[in-house]
Amino acid sequence: MNWNVLLDFSPLADNSDKLLSAFWATIRISVTVGILSLVIGTLITAMRVSPIRVLRVAGAFYVNTLRNTPLTLVLLFCSLGLSDTLKFRISGTPSINFFWLAVFGMSVYTAAFVAESLRAGINTVPMGQAEAARAIGLTFTQSLRMVIMPQAFRSVIAPLGSVMIAMIKNTTVVLVASYYEAASLMKDMFEQYGATLPIFIGFAVGFMCLTLPTGFFFNWLAKRMAVVR
Amino acid sequence: MSEAVSTVTETEPAPTRARKRQSSVLFDAPGPKARMRHNILTLISAIVILAIIYVVIARLDKEGQLQGRLWKPFIKGSTWSDYIFPGIGGTLKAALAGAVLALLFGVVFGLGRMSDHRWVRIPAGAVVEFFRAIPLLILIFFVFSGPPTIANALNREFPQVTAFTALVISLMLYNGSVLAEIFRAGINAVPRGQSEAAYAIGLRKSGVMRLILIPQATTAMMPAIVSQLVVLLKDSALGWIISYEDLLNTGYRQIPTQYGNLIPAAIVIALIYIAMNLALSYLATWLEKRSRRSRKTSAKVLATTPGAGMSGGIMPAP
Repeated sequence: MNWNVLLDFSPLADNSDKLLSAFWATIRISVTVGILSLVIGTLITAMRVSPIRVLRVAGAFYVNTLRNTPLTLVLLFCSLGLSDTLKFRISGTPSINFFWLAVFGMSVYTAAFVAESLRAGINTVPMGQAEAARAIGLTFTQSLRMVIMPQAFRSVIAPLGSVMIAMIKNTTVVLVASYYEAASLMKDMFEQYGATLPIFIGFAVGFMCLTLPTGFFFNWLAKRMAVVR
Repeated sequence: MSEAVSTVTETEPAPTRARKRQSSVLFDAPGPKARMRHNILTLISAIVILAIIYVVIARLDKEGQLQGRLWKPFIKGSTWSDYIFPGIGGTLKAALAGAVLALLFGVVFGLGRMSDHRWVRIPAGAVVEFFRAIPLLILIFFVFSGPPTIANALNREFPQVTAFTALVISLMLYNGSVLAEIFRAGINAVPRGQSEAAYAIGLRKSGVMRLILIPQATTAMMPAIVSQLVVLLKDSALGWIISYEDLLNTGYRQIPTQYGNLIPAAIVIALIYIAMNLALSYLATWLEKRSRRSRKTSAKVLATTPGAGMSGGIMPAP
């Protein structure tokens, strides 16, 4: 009997420097994607609620296309399609190029979900709020800025938190876009040491250290900022 | 949880024509000046969008991706019968098996988590929270290569885990845990008075659950369940990484290897995935409308959460 596969945590300890740098890569890509997807998502939401029909249709097309395509396909398209076939390279250095391609793929995908949450948030603002704002003589911009948007943003904090947690977990899929992060390291360690339980537990705990605090933070923020109705 | 399941309000019935025009809470019905401005903006945005489409097509053309030679395989019957249909079959097989098992897993652990016995409730909760918090991909890796290694080290014979088994088991564990939370939320969404009334007329715990809570909760959580199944279908594409023969693999690895048409293949495969998912999503919307009309439940319908379309981003329980 060789109990090492169930109990031996030493591969994790031996590779602690690699482990830290791999999770740092995960954090780096998560933060970049988080910011970019919020920006793109907000733009798409603005298009989807605008009074201009063409923009609404384009926004809806974007959201429906990306929401229903598997992330694996989106990222594979970025690495094999954009970079290798269409010669669309962001940087000459492969590692930087693949980082930004992965960020691009993840961001456009996550942005669709961000846009969907934001739009749902705008829909939760009761019609009466806008009508009351108009009745007391606020102009369109004023009512948007002072009445509707503050309520809309507050009500989407929790759903946005869900999207961000899912995004952090999804960064593992950038493996297919040749960017080296925690999941890639786990795969390599499985090849080197065999697929042992402690290695898996170690990586699972590593990801929980990223997702759980994110969840608690957004929950706390959502409660703090909740609109009393 | 309650914030995450906010209902998307429908636009209210419009009493006048002016109200009908208004498509959002954000802007007034446009007057003549605003309509003029909108027309100009429409023109500008149409030009911008056309310009983007032009740039994309020009780029594709420059790299020779629009040649008929590359698209031809997709109008040949053999491509469909040899690659695409088997691929769709593989995807649907994994998704279906995963869905059935995930529903079972969800029912068992969702109910387990609501048990009155602490020794059932706590382990069930731990399992659900664990599988919800970790990325599906590392779970797939472990289920794929873990059991043989472990069995080997313990001097036991263990047959190799196939890619299909690994994918289905991972999909079950992960989506089952998310579904368990949906079930729990659904049962909790039934007003307390319902179960109190049921106890008052003398039903036992199992009777209250079976006759009162589950039927009402099912109606309320149907849309959320279906949208989780869309996630499951999409996640089955992760099988690519362990070389499972699904639509992504046959369509995006095998076809391009043979014909060298990566871009056309990506577009066709994406369209098929979108069609499959939209069909399921429409089912979810239809169920949601239907259950909102229904008077058979007193529970508030768990709307499809905006984040739910993404692989299971439900918040950890506060």
